Amino acid sequence: MIEAFFNIEIMKAAWPIVLTGLWNTILLSLIVVPLGLLGGLILALLASIKHPLVRWPLMAWVDFFRAFPPLVLLVLLFAGLPFAGLELGGFACVAIAFFLNTGSYYGEIFRAGIDSVPAGQVEAARSTGLSRMQSMRYVVLPQAVRNVMPDLLSNTLEVVKLTSLGSVVAVPELLYEARQAQSITYNPTPIVMAAVIYFLLLWPLVRLLSRLENRALAGRH
Amino acid sequence: MSGWDKFVETFFNAKVMVKYLPDILSGVVVTIELALLIVVTGLGAGLAFALLRSLAIRPLNWLIIFVVDLFRSLPPLVIIVLMYFGLPYAGPAPSGFVSTWLSLAFVLMAFSEEIFWAGITSIPKGQWEASRSTGLTFGQTLFNVVLPQAFRLTIPPLTNRTIAITKGTALGTVVAVTEILGQASSAMSNSYNPSPLMMGAAAYVVLFLPVVVAARWVETKFAWKR
Repeated sequence: MIEAFFNIEIMKAAWPIVLTGLWNTILLSLIVVPLGLLGGLILALLASIKHPLVRWPLMAWVDFFRAFPPLVLLVLLFAGLPFAGLELGGFACVAIAFFLNTGSYYGEIFRAGIDSVPAGQVEAARSTGLSRMQSMRYVVLPQAVRNVMPDLLSNTLEVVKLTSLGSVVAVPELLYEARQAQSITYNPTPIVMAAVIYFLLLWPLVRLLSRLENRALAGRH
Repeated sequence: MSGWDKFVETFFNAKVMVKYLPDILSGVVVTIELALLIVVTGLGAGLAFALLRSLAIRPLNWLIIFVVDLFRSLPPLVIIVLMYFGLPYAGPAPSGFVSTWLSLAFVLMAFSEEIFWAGITSIPKGQWEASRSTGLTFGQTLFNVVLPQAFRLTIPPLTNRTIAITKGTALGTVVAVTEILGQASSAMSNSYNPSPLMMGAAAYVVLFLPVVVAARWVETKFAWKR
């Protein structure tokens, strides 16, 4: 058992490979999280225009990407687009898929946050002479973000976990490198290493979220 | 041939679509089977663990919290890969279907336990005390007083989480499960044409979009009034 899953020799041999994967996972997360946040913010700002011609297509967009599995989106971009003469690398495909998929989730969260700020705040801000943009930027958004912080963090956790999908399109992140090491060594230890690294990396965030969520639900009474 | 015709010919090729429709449909059946199994076992186990946790047995609760944290922090694909490629070294060799089912059920269990537990703890202590003092047993209080209120509170986060995790059935394609994406990918490489992939994508939309729209409705219906 220990020989198979916690083999010290294999760990030593696989460590440099796994470490490369870890760095790439961190880099990838640092790119796709801001990208998703940006997509979400754009969607939420558009949603604050309460016109039906904006609202309905936007809702359809968000619901579409909430229904569509991210892996299918990724495969569609990676394996489908070349047939249209557009060959993007695995990395670009991950970036686009995440912008579309996680952007929709972030968008819903930001929208809920903006809705949670009372209308009186905007009215007060506008009546002091702030423009629409200024009241959004300086009055509504800061409060909105604070109100939905637990949801934003929880979605960010999911986004970081989702970067493991990159392994399917040969992006050399943690899971991909671990599987490479596994196929070289004929031993599952590298995958166990990857799992332990993911756990150590994300556990603090999970603990924090668990406390925030309990407090949020309990506060409703 | 104009550009548009060529596009349709490539991505919506009628001949290819007709040929591979049965494959995609069999993939739909597998996806639905997987999804239902995951939802039933994942939510069932999550509720069971939340109830166990309400018994407040210290060491047991630590264990539950650890297991829940573990499956919340690991990416589902990592769990699936570990189970499918790793477990055989220790003896049992679960099929791709079983690996995907169990992995996603564990993940759903972890998330739903947290949500159920948050729902249970959100019921003020006074309600417990009042119920017990009228002569209700612990079990009666839990099932007749606490859970009905807790459920209402948990429904919006629970539906969202359940959809997100059930969508993960597509991950099964990595471990050779013949669900929609798996069928579509192999049909695509057999036919050198992306039309099966478009059909697969459409199948996911047909399956999951109604669920997402229904969830939106449920969310507004059960929303706690501010």
